[in-house]
Amino acid sequence: MNRRKIIEERVFRILSAIATYSLVATLAFIIILIFVKGFNALSWDMVVKTPKGGYYYGGEGGVLNAIVGSLYISIGAILIAALIGIPAALYINVHLARYKRTQNAIRYILDALWGVPSIVYGAFGFALMLFLGMNASLLAGIITVALLILPIVVRTFDEVLCTIPKGLHEATLALGSTRAEMAFKIIFKQGFPGLITALLLAFGRGIGDAASVLFTAGYTDLIPTNLDEPAATLPLAIFFQLSSPIPEVRERAFAAAAILTIIILIISLIARFLSKMYSKTNLK
Amino acid sequence: MYPLKEEMIIHDKAMDLINNEIDVDSILQISNLNVYAGDHHILKNVNLKIPKNKVTVLLGPSGCGKTTLLKSMNRLTDIYKELVVTGHIYIDNDDILNTSKNVSSIRQKMGLLGQRPYPLPMSIYKNVAYGIKLKGVRDKKLIDYNVEKHLKEVGLWDEVKDRLHDTPDSLSIGQQQRLCLARGLAVKPRMILADEPTSALDPISSKIIENLFKDLKQHYTIVLVTHVLRQAVRLADNVVFMYNGEIVEQGAPDKLFKNPQTSTLKAYMVDGN
Repeated sequence: MNRRKIIEERVFRILSAIATYSLVATLAFIIILIFVKGFNALSWDMVVKTPKGGYYYGGEGGVLNAIVGSLYISIGAILIAALIGIPAALYINVHLARYKRTQNAIRYILDALWGVPSIVYGAFGFALMLFLGMNASLLAGIITVALLILPIVVRTFDEVLCTIPKGLHEATLALGSTRAEMAFKIIFKQGFPGLITALLLAFGRGIGDAASVLFTAGYTDLIPTNLDEPAATLPLAIFFQLSSPIPEVRERAFAAAAILTIIILIISLIARFLSKMYSKTNLK
Repeated sequence: MYPLKEEMIIHDKAMDLINNEIDVDSILQISNLNVYAGDHHILKNVNLKIPKNKVTVLLGPSGCGKTTLLKSMNRLTDIYKELVVTGHIYIDNDDILNTSKNVSSIRQKMGLLGQRPYPLPMSIYKNVAYGIKLKGVRDKKLIDYNVEKHLKEVGLWDEVKDRLHDTPDSLSIGQQQRLCLARGLAVKPRMILADEPTSALDPISSKIIENLFKDLKQHYTIVLVTHVLRQAVRLADNVVFMYNGEIVEQGAPDKLFKNPQTSTLKAYMVDGN
């Protein structure tokens, strides 16, 4: 190998390494900052108590209302998104396999929807809410977040299904499967790890989004016991506390952010474990 | 306009009758099969009879339409939007291209073996059981019996009997190909459609598959697509040489290869060896 090639190889290796590690360092820095700044305020009370009187002026209590509200909304939204998104992605790949133009049109629309800012979904959800005569509620929040994350679920799952070789489609049909049997018994199973990725991505977006729930789920210090009651969410809890002039309350905002991060970490660990368990027999 | 159209239909039907005269020796008859992909005429007026319990080899260079011909036989051409298929393919006196019967039951008359193995994303056992269950069998003992029987039929039983519930990934690619064959046989087909089934395999695994075909032809009709001349010589009872979407020559291999009638086959034999 000549000298020029050796230098070229080294330079590119170093540049890619810098790109990778600076990215990791930045993300690590954000997480560390959240934990350091919120460390003082992070207490068991934060997690198990709802805000008491004067909480937002530094009084007693915690953000249990927001934790529960956020989990309710994101889990509800994920369930709806999975229920609609899974058949949609399978339909695009199995039944529309012969109709490339329709397939592409649908993908294009979903990609566009993916890019729509969440405040627009919030506004749409709000308009829908008024139209149906609903109040700001858990249900309205769930529906709005479900709409927000549906394109993510469908397109991410769809991208994975696209990579399944045509040979597997042929083999399955040749055995006498109908298209529906192929979609739900074979293609779904082969694409399952991709579905988990899709749902995780959507979950992270859903639980972390503030704009879509601002008008639709509202905010409350109570834990909702019914679908038509308003619900607090962690992003909004962070927002309200961060805009406080009192330093202790701002610290609590970081503590709430730390809790949100921990929730996402726990859920993604569980999901990856389940995905591994379920896809043991998949083709590599 | 109408009388002309009617006459054409009558003419077509007469031609069909001639082409489809009752033929006890052939299991599948193809008449006037044309396949187009846009402007590209992939198969040009193919007429062919597949003899029962024989190995018919579709031989020819890449891109000559042999795989398309094979996939027309179980209507896998359906899943490719760009393909337009016209003509008739009869099996059991049923024109599968123009039938109201469900396609799944037609496909179950033929087992497919692809260029490389595509095991289903489930255990070795379930791969074989899948097709049996599709046929409506629920009796666990009967399924067990059939799984064992067909894994034995392809000589895989002793190699996998202790790890039936493992992933097929733990098998070599040659074993996976035999698993796919067993899976196809479990549906109880009458034919085996094999599309260059040894092209991804090492010589030893290829040999195993070839020997299996020699045994299996007692019970099944085999259609094998290959571009390897020597494989055709080794396996074929009947060779169909295709070129550019047309059947150029066909016949018993010893006759065909000893005395090729066309320059295309002569050239192919020179280049193929």
